[in-house]
Amino acid sequence: MAPHTEQLTRSAVRLRGLTRSFGGRTVLDGIDLDIPAGQFTALLGHSGSGKSTLLRAVAGLDHEVEGSGQLTAPERVSVVFQDSRLLPWRRVLDNVLLGTEGKEAAAKGREALAEVGLKGRERAWPSELSGGEAQRAALARSLVREPELLLADEPFGALDALTRIRMHGLLRELWERHRPSVLLVTHDVDEAVALAERVLVLEEGRIGVDVVIDRERPREEYREVLLGALGVTSDVR
Amino acid sequence: MSAVSSAVAAVTTSGSGAGTAVVAGTGEAGSQVRRRRRLSPGRRLPAAPLVGPALVLVLWAAASAAGRLDPAAVPAPWTVLRTGVHLWTDGTLPNDILTSVRRAASGFAIGLAGGVLLALAAGLSRVGEALIDGTVQLNRAIPALGLIPLFILWLGIGETFKVAIIAIVVYIPIYLNTHAALSGIDSRFVELAEVQGLSRFQFVRQIVIPGALPGFFVGLRLGVTGSWLGLVVLEQINATSGLGYLMFQAQNYGQSDVILVGLVVYGIFGLVSDSAVRLIERRVLSWRRTLSN
Ligand SMILES: Nc1ncnc2c1ncn2[C@@H]1O[C@H](COP(=O)(O)OP(=O)(O)OP(=O)(O)O)[C@@H](O)[C@H]1O
Ligand SMILES: [Mg+2]
Repeated sequence: MAPHTEQLTRSAVRLRGLTRSFGGRTVLDGIDLDIPAGQFTALLGHSGSGKSTLLRAVAGLDHEVEGSGQLTAPERVSVVFQDSRLLPWRRVLDNVLLGTEGKEAAAKGREALAEVGLKGRERAWPSELSGGEAQRAALARSLVREPELLLADEPFGALDALTRIRMHGLLRELWERHRPSVLLVTHDVDEAVALAERVLVLEEGRIGVDVVIDRERPREEYREVLLGALGVTSDVR
Repeated sequence: MSAVSSAVAAVTTSGSGAGTAVVAGTGEAGSQVRRRRRLSPGRRLPAAPLVGPALVLVLWAAASAAGRLDPAAVPAPWTVLRTGVHLWTDGTLPNDILTSVRRAASGFAIGLAGGVLLALAAGLSRVGEALIDGTVQLNRAIPALGLIPLFILWLGIGETFKVAIIAIVVYIPIYLNTHAALSGIDSRFVELAEVQGLSRFQFVRQIVIPGALPGFFVGLRLGVTGSWLGLVVLEQINATSGLGYLMFQAQNYGQSDVILVGLVVYGIFGLVSDSAVRLIERRVLSWRRTLSN
């Protein structure tokens, strides 16, 4: 953990008073948030709490949404969506290379595919991939751009439990190797605790809980706290 | 793990009726996996497109040989063949075919280019859409063949007017389908393009156009059919050459065999052009996995 402490001093994402509303209904209500460069942050919240809204704001995808506030994000941002969003008319490698150009990029694309375990599938059509493979290709696509910030909106939501666990390992590994800042939106508390260094809970348009995960301490502890924050008491479970 | 899977099996089978639930759940044949009923039609028969026409031909020949058909109304297949060979060797048929194909091809080419260009202009810019789409929709409401009298007045009765009518018949389905496909592009892909930092040009070339190709091909096939339809109508009412004229004359002299030769040639035109479009479509859209392959 030591080598990247100096990186941590720089802020990758900086939100000040970020507000977003739909038709007069406020979804994000003045959010202040700093994500240090290289930090793996998970964002939890109930369905409809505004997680995707926040992520889309950071990604700059909310063109017609009313809102105010300050937002700073790095130049190179990649987004992984819940669906793999591969273009069906491009082969896997060409999908990974979408938006890049040149020979070097192609080499990088192959490398990224190898990294996510899709070596040899470069010329496959997306329709020939399994759900997990497609999502890994999407991950490769986001890596090729060497993002400073990786935004992921429930990237594993559509996968089965087993594939999901594999993908967790992969994401964690890729993050350790490339060290982008990560903002992972999920509604799975275990996923958040297993992957992230820091977990946020979005409540009523604000960051209600902000905990740093110490890997030395038992995960159960964080689980209780976060489930409590989400209003799930242990006897209900 | 096994407890989970058996529970799942019980849930799924109980949905398909009590009888099957018992068989799958408790019967000793539990290890036997029954394949699901297949809903796609399965593997293609060899030479499938030829089976139906061959059958019709056989029935026709048999009925003629048995003397069940009036030769003046429906001549035997061999009579038609003989007439066809005769017309071909004396040069009438090649000439008429050439004239007809030239008309259809020019009209089709102009209609294709016009349809695609207009669809691109309307699909890619809001101004273009405002100017073009309403106009084409209006044009579409008027049956193109209804324009014949007006076009004869404007362009005379020569080749130009025929080509113009065919072009109109062709451009409308191509425009409509291509435009619908262009404007129906999945918004998730638009978002992806934004995230990947595509320029507007790259977006159009790499996402919008490939995404619209299936729609374009639907229009293209309708356009091809339309060009032959337009040709037939035009040649039978206002022509002094071409296949339709040949058939029109044969009608006056009661030569049903000549008419049938003309129909066969029209049929071959239609089949060949449609197969060509399908072939191109299959090449270009090879990424698609549909019921047909
Ligand atoms: N384009 C939109 N138009 C109108 N309302 C919207 C729009 N997008 C989101 N909302 C509303 O904003 C609220 C927050 O939505 P958002 O998608 O951010 O929730 P979420 O936390 O991502 O939920 P989930 O976990 O179900 O994905 C919801 O109540 C939703 O109805
Ligand atoms: Mg969401």
